[in-house]
Amino acid sequence: MLKIKNLHASIDDNGVLKSILKGINLEIKAGEVHAIMGPNGSGKSTLASVVAGKEEFEVTKGTVLFNDEDIEDLAAEERAHKGIFLSFQYPVEIPGVSVTNFMKTAINETRKAKGLEEMPAKEMLKLIREKSELLEIDRKFLSRSLNEGFSGGEKKRNEIFQMAMLEPKLAILDETDSGLDIDALRIVANGVNKLKSKDNAVLVITHYQRLLEYIVPDFVHVLLDGRIVKSGGKELAHELEEKGYDWIKEEVNA
Amino acid sequence: MSKYTEDDLREELKTKEYEYGFYTDIESDTFPIGLNEDIVKAISLKKGEPQWMTDWRLEAFKAWKEMIEPEWANVSYVKPDFQGISYYSAPNSKPKYDSLDEVDPELLATFAKLGISLDEQKKLSGVAMDVVVDSVSVATTFKKTLGEKGIIFCSISEAIKEYPELVKKYIGSVVPQRDNFYAALNSAVFSDGSFCYIPKGVRCPMELSTYFRINQAGTGQFERTLVIADEGSYVSYLEGCTAPSRDENQLHAAVVELIALDNAEIKYSTVQNWYPGNAEGKGGVYNFVTKRGICEKNAKISWTQVETGSAITWKYPSCILKGDNSVGEFYSIAVTNNFQQADTGTKMIHLGKNTKSTIISKGISAGKSQNSYRGLVKISPNADNARNFSQCDSLLMGNDCGAHTFPYIEAKNKTAKIEHEATTSKIGEDQIFYCNQRGISTEKAIALIVNGFSKDVLNKLPMEFAVEAKKLLEISLEGSVG
Ligand SMILES: Nc1ncnc2c1ncn2[C@@H]1O[C@H](COP(=O)(O)OP(=O)(O)OP(=O)(O)O)[C@@H](O)[C@H]1O
Ligand SMILES: [Mg+2]
Repeated sequence: MLKIKNLHASIDDNGVLKSILKGINLEIKAGEVHAIMGPNGSGKSTLASVVAGKEEFEVTKGTVLFNDEDIEDLAAEERAHKGIFLSFQYPVEIPGVSVTNFMKTAINETRKAKGLEEMPAKEMLKLIREKSELLEIDRKFLSRSLNEGFSGGEKKRNEIFQMAMLEPKLAILDETDSGLDIDALRIVANGVNKLKSKDNAVLVITHYQRLLEYIVPDFVHVLLDGRIVKSGGKELAHELEEKGYDWIKEEVNA
Repeated sequence: MSKYTEDDLREELKTKEYEYGFYTDIESDTFPIGLNEDIVKAISLKKGEPQWMTDWRLEAFKAWKEMIEPEWANVSYVKPDFQGISYYSAPNSKPKYDSLDEVDPELLATFAKLGISLDEQKKLSGVAMDVVVDSVSVATTFKKTLGEKGIIFCSISEAIKEYPELVKKYIGSVVPQRDNFYAALNSAVFSDGSFCYIPKGVRCPMELSTYFRINQAGTGQFERTLVIADEGSYVSYLEGCTAPSRDENQLHAAVVELIALDNAEIKYSTVQNWYPGNAEGKGGVYNFVTKRGICEKNAKISWTQVETGSAITWKYPSCILKGDNSVGEFYSIAVTNNFQQADTGTKMIHLGKNTKSTIISKGISAGKSQNSYRGLVKISPNADNARNFSQCDSLLMGNDCGAHTFPYIEAKNKTAKIEHEATTSKIGEDQIFYCNQRGISTEKAIALIVNGFSKDVLNKLPMEFAVEAKKLLEISLEGSVG
C-alpha cells in the first residue's frame, strides 16, 4: 500500500535548508500495523507530514508510492481523497466551525472529488451517531468549535472520530496516545481496532509501548536522526521501553 | 406574451454572477447632469410632492452647498464630480402592480440577470418585497396582508402623498438634513426609497424586504428609508443589494432612519453586494451611507450587516439610546478583497439610564484591500448604569492587506461599564493544511474558516439571509489565496 524509497526531505529554516529525513525506506502492506518510535526531533512527524503532502517540506530525493502510484505531485487534499489520513500530533483549532460541519464538509468534498453526490443528511446523521458511539463521544461535543478549548485528550479522541468517519486506507496516528487517560486510551485503541481490516493499514507513531499493547503492531521501526535504523517485531517496543535509545545509538555509531 | 409568474422569476434569480455586468435598455427618463436649485425643484415636481417636501429638500440643498466632503475616513479615492451626475432616473412607465405577472418582462429579465438570489430561499408566503429599480418602486407585493394589520409598507414617494403626517413628523428626525455632507445631499435629491410603519402593539408577521438596484450609468442612487415602529410593535427589515458592473464609479448615498417608540423593536439586516470594482481596482460603487436609529423607552434596535461589495464603503449604522432601558446592537461582517476599502462601524449614543449596547464587528481583508472598524461609544452624563460590550475581530489573508481598528470611547458618567475586546488573526498555513488533509481544498478551507470566524454575526441574520450571506462570503473571497 505504502512504499517509501530512500526518502530525503528538508525544510527552509529561515533561509537555510535544513535536512530532516535522510533516506527513509519503509513498506507497509494492506492489513498491516506498523509502529514508529524514536527520540524527540528524530523526524517522525515530519515523515507523517511528508506522506500527507505538507508543502512546507521539500522532498529532495526518493519516492513515495501509494498503491503503486507516485504521489509526489498530488496536493494534500488529493492524497486525502485517495485514503491517506493523518491524526495530528497537534490538532489545529478552527474557531466557529463545529465538528459536525467540518466532518460534513470533509466527507462531501471527498465524495465530490470521486464524482459522487453529497451524502444525504439522513445518512450523515446515522454515520455520525454510529461513529460517535464507537468512540464514546458525547453528541453535544460535536457542535463545539473544532478543537477550540478541547482538552489534550479530547483533541486526540476527536482525531480518531474523524478517522472513523472518513474510513481511510492508510491511517497515520501521530502520538495519538499522548494526552489520553487510561480509559480513553482503551476506547480510542478499541476504535482503531474496530476499523482495521485486511484492506487498510495503520502507521502508529508513539513514544510508549502501552498503546501497542492495544494496537498490536506487526512491525516496529526506530527512527533516529532522519533514518530508520532498526526494525523488529512488537518485542522491540518492549526493549525500547526498558532500555531507552542509547543502545541503539551506540549500535548505529559502531 | 407568455405569462411570467413569480415562481419563474424566483427560478431565474437563482444564479448570481457579477462576471457579466450588463446594461438594460429600459427606456429611462433621465435628468441632465448637474445639481442646482432648479434640479432639486424639478425632482420634487416630477414626483408630485407637496410644497413642504420641496421646501425641505431646498433647505437641505442650501446646507449641502456650504458643506465639504469629509476626509477623516481611512479611505482614499478620486472624489466624485457632483456636477457630473444625473440626479434623477426612472423607468419610463411606472404603474403599480398587484402582482409581478403584470410587470414588464424585460424588467423581470433585468432582475434575473442581477441574480436577486436573496430571494432563493424565500417563500411567497413569507416575504413582501418593495422592489426599487433605479430609485423608483415598480412592484409591491403582499400589501394586502400587511394592510390587514394596519402595517404600511410602501415607497417613500407614496408615503409622502398618502401619509404626509407621519413622514413630516419623522423624516429628518434622526438624521437631520445637515447631519453630514452625504446626508444633506441625499435629503436634497433623494429619488425614492421605502417607508414602513408598524402600528402600536403589532408584530409584523413577515420579514419586510427591499431590493435596491443601481442600473443606470452615471445616475447616483439616493435612497431614503424611514421605518417607524410604534409603541410595543416589532418588525424585521431586510435590505439586499446588487448592482451591475460598470467601469465608472457609481455614487450611492443613502439615508436610513429608524424610529423605535416605547417598547418597540426593529431588526434591520443588510446584505450589501454592490460591484466592488475589478481585480485591478477599476470601477466599483462608492457607498456613503448614513444609517441611524433612535430608541425610546425599553426599545431595541439591532443592525446586522454583511458588507462584501462596493469599492469604497463609508457606513456607520448607529443607535441613539434615548429612552431608559433601551438596547442597541450592531453586528457586522465586512469583507474587502482586491482594492476595496471599507471604513465601517457604529455609534452607540447612550442618553437614557440602564441603556445597553453590543457591538460585534468582524473584518476580513484579502488582496490589497483596507478594512477599518470605526466605532464610537458615548455615555452621556445622565446615562446611569450604561453598559457596552464591543468586540472587533480582524482576519487577514495574505500580507498586502490591512486591518485597522479605531474605537472611540467618551464616557461622561462614572457608573458606565464599557468593555472592549479586539483580536487580529491570520488564516494559518497549519489550519489550511489540516483542512487539506481532511480532503478539503484550500479555497473551500478558506470559506470554512471565514464562515467560522463570522459565525457570531451570521447567526444574527434571518435564516434565508444567512444562507445567502455565506455564499456571498465565499464568492467575495474567491481567488484571494493562490
Ligand atoms: N517548520 C520547521 N522549521 C524548522 N525546523 C523544523 C520544522 N519542522 C520540523 N523541524 C525540525 O525537524 C526535526 C524533526 O521534527 P519532527 O517534528 O519531525 O520530530 P518528531 O520525531 O516528531 O519529534 P517528537 O517526538 O518531539 O514529536 C526537529 O529538529 C524539528 O525542530
Ligand atoms: Mg512528532
